[in-house]
Amino acid sequence: MKARVLIRPKEGILDPQGKAVERALPALGFDGVSDVRVGRLVEIETDDAESLPALCEQLLANPLIEDYEIVIGSDAAPATVTEPGADPAAADAKRSTSRE
Amino acid sequence: MTVFGVVQFPGSCDERDALHACGMVGDARMVWHEDTDLDGLDAVIVPGGFSYGDYLRAGAIARFSPAMGAVADFAAAGGPVLGICNGFQVLCEAGLLPGALLPNDAVRFVCRQVELVVENDETPFTAECVAGDRLSVPVKHMTGRFFAPQAQLDELEAAGQVVLRYAPGDNPNGSVRNIAGVRNEAGNVMGLMPHPEHAVDPLTGSADGLRLFASVAAREPVAAAGP
Repeated sequence: MKARVLIRPKEGILDPQGKAVERALPALGFDGVSDVRVGRLVEIETDDAESLPALCEQLLANPLIEDYEIVIGSDAAPATVTEPGADPAAADAKRSTSRE
Repeated sequence: MTVFGVVQFPGSCDERDALHACGMVGDARMVWHEDTDLDGLDAVIVPGGFSYGDYLRAGAIARFSPAMGAVADFAAAGGPVLGICNGFQVLCEAGLLPGALLPNDAVRFVCRQVELVVENDETPFTAECVAGDRLSVPVKHMTGRFFAPQAQLDELEAAGQVVLRYAPGDNPNGSVRNIAGVRNEAGNVMGLMPHPEHAVDPLTGSADGLRLFASVAAREPVAAAGP
């Protein structure tokens, strides 16, 4: 099954990347943006979803400074922007093509 | 004579300078990351650079290398281990040192000389210094902001585990409490973001960094014989 792991800087830890993005946005005319946090997304194909938390604790995230969130199953399909009406299978085909 | 081992990962870039600095006060040999043989070594340096491309997080992958397993055993047996810059990050990720290193508060790579204050002169790496001494040593990093939760920081301070601080006003990365270098509870493992191996000759601005290596060399070699 597919899983996605979302890793973010822990609440209260200064995220200078997020701050830099936040400061850049008004220059492009995107006003009213605040609390931007920059993290990482890890996509995983696994047969053993139960081991995911351990995998996160031991490698994907550093629990001292980062929080992680595990999303499993159909919710974990890659968040590709598809045209309205496009079915997921077509999107999959598109993705595998674009990888080559 | 003290024999130093310098661990070399794919992506290390300061191992030659570290080897040179160690060679000025003792003997030194390189330890390839796939090597687990630390026999005959009195001290281990985990040098700076970008081990394994710093993928995922700085130091996160390097800690799984075979050499690091051997370094952990060496440290557990009481052998002195010094992590510099990326080496500091690796030791934190490996759980051999407290805390973590976060991206610099200015989101910039910082490369300049800094002034350090010796807080603890009773470690294997600062024994040739006196508490309060100032050392002029360069930093060059993107991910050097030392962090630990407040409660843990209080414990570290109380236990004398803060070994080096950036001089007031000279904190280059936003590290909490100006912390530049810490040691483990036992005292034989230390990490710092600045580069003492780049400050071993007045020709390049300062020889203050050599005092850390000289401190290790001045010890009675004990690690080779086990704990």
